[in-house]
Amino acid sequence: MTSTDATNLYLPDMATIQEVIQETSNIKTFRITLNNPDAMRRFRFEPGQVGQLSVFGVGESTFVINSSPTRMDYLQFSVMRVGEITEKLHKLRPGDQVGVRAPLGNCFPYEDMKGKDIVFVGGGIGMAPLRTLLLYMLDNREDYGKISLLYGARSPSDMAFSYELPEWLEREDMTTELTVDNGTPDWKHHVGLIPNVLKEMAPSAENAFAVTCGPPIMIKFTIEALHSLGFNDEQIVTTLEKRMKCGVGICGRCNIGTKYVCKDGPVFTYAQLRQLPNEL
Amino acid sequence: MLTARYIANDKLLPWLLSLTETRQVLAPVQVGGQTLFAPLDADSRLDLKGLADASAKAALLPRCETLFEFHYSKSEGVPSRTELELRETLPDQETFLFGARPCDAKGFTVFDRVYDAGTRRDIYYCSRRDKTLVAVLACTDPADTCFCNRVGGGPGETDGADILFTPVKGGFVVEAVTERGDAFLLEQPLVEAEDRTEEARKVREAVSDAMPDEAPLVGIQSKVLELFDDKGFWEGITSKCLSCGACSYLCPTCYCFNMTDEIKGDDGVRIRTWDNCMSFQFTLEGSGHNPRDGKAQRMRNRIGHKFSYYPELHDGNLACVGCGRCIVHCPVSMDVRAIVDQARDRALAKEEHVND
Repeated sequence: MTSTDATNLYLPDMATIQEVIQETSNIKTFRITLNNPDAMRRFRFEPGQVGQLSVFGVGESTFVINSSPTRMDYLQFSVMRVGEITEKLHKLRPGDQVGVRAPLGNCFPYEDMKGKDIVFVGGGIGMAPLRTLLLYMLDNREDYGKISLLYGARSPSDMAFSYELPEWLEREDMTTELTVDNGTPDWKHHVGLIPNVLKEMAPSAENAFAVTCGPPIMIKFTIEALHSLGFNDEQIVTTLEKRMKCGVGICGRCNIGTKYVCKDGPVFTYAQLRQLPNEL
Repeated sequence: MLTARYIANDKLLPWLLSLTETRQVLAPVQVGGQTLFAPLDADSRLDLKGLADASAKAALLPRCETLFEFHYSKSEGVPSRTELELRETLPDQETFLFGARPCDAKGFTVFDRVYDAGTRRDIYYCSRRDKTLVAVLACTDPADTCFCNRVGGGPGETDGADILFTPVKGGFVVEAVTERGDAFLLEQPLVEAEDRTEEARKVREAVSDAMPDEAPLVGIQSKVLELFDDKGFWEGITSKCLSCGACSYLCPTCYCFNMTDEIKGDDGVRIRTWDNCMSFQFTLEGSGHNPRDGKAQRMRNRIGHKFSYYPELHDGNLACVGCGRCIVHCPVSMDVRAIVDQARDRALAKEEHVND
């Protein structure tokens, strides 16, 4: 049983912050555990699902669970400081209490992706949802074909998960390319916009899925690049962000036509997105 | 056969007041020049003349309610830390909702499909629903802004209600609609309806027959959707809208809400309040992006939700019950019937154009 099946849809589980990682100047990662050990042990989620984090007295906001279900020591959320709630979250320290309502929403089609090559294209904080799927696939490596990752940020200091990048760069069972809009003298990787680097990488579309997440403008041009490489709309997977409150498809805030991003998303194929009214 | 009773006009208020000894009774009463659903007491001025100014939805979905309380305290073990305690606050008041109109009660069925959807039960709503007996009062004098008959309802319909009151000579026929309405009526000291139920039926039929015979507004989901990208249409119909949100606050079917925290010292609450999709802030994202940044986009979503998206998700049932409050109270006289009629005509005209 998950939190969303429980009797009260809106009552968060209490959780304790175990670790806070300063990712960039405006992104922090929080590793939390549910205070109830049984609830933590029973907690199940799938890659791509989101949760609502509460700072009681300020409010609640939605973030993807960016740890992997294969590594359940903690639940990890990365938070960019953009408003009141994220500002308050950034002030919290290990030992502080937060509320969590999770898991919510759908997940990446990781079962349908089995046996396929996977191309990850992440921009900025958009790397967070990709990370959960990437870790899941690395922990079930034999189920998937080639794995390649293209991760871009504005500058080297804007790259989240920088402590994991060396491992990803060194691994022989995946290809990792990094790019920044603005390089520094010691930057050894690409300098250039993600879609352009993607075209240079030219991953094969045959028997492959592309998973992309990042700022809307990046996604737009990444999809164009993927199309030019032969990826069709069913092979392109992304996640949507909307302002959400209830997280369970009731409060009426995150709909696009008949779909509720909190419940029917956040993961959609580009083919599904094209079926929706044009209101992203 | 469900129970039917009769109550004389002069016995109604005393009987309702007697009910207040064991439960809350909500009824349309005059409050500061308006008629609103409010808890009945000996000083209340009951007003059953027409439709109340606001719908009865607050009986089940209050304008503001506490979802839970929280309390911060200093940790005894580690003084530098704070402990946090949450306390659920579930509604438990038995309520008799009297004098809701058939459109108000039908509005509850719109909520039911969303708030009580299988495993996804909103326990705040469901608890109130379970503890509230809904007694509707059949309409005998629909206003010219009423259009329940165009959206699948009627002045004597009972969708969403437990008990039906119909005005007859000298009083009301009171008929049970549901089992729990029946169980309630059996316990009440009301006289047998005898042959007055036939009179009540005729009253309801006569009112229904007298309503204007205009085209139904059901089954137009695809027509509204076809106009989604028709910017000119949505900007045209929305140009005079003030985005004030009166339409959504007064609507018996609008159920969108917000959740916010309030804190004073170490004690706080998370509250749920009605929200309004006509507001710019409703969809404003943290990044500053707003998918509905113009009032035309917001009206498109409001009309789309009521006449296209909701019916698509809920077996063709509209999220509009034709009470007409949005028409009566709109400060710039917008008329939802005209908007939907225009949408259908526009979509049909486009189809014909394509077929030419």
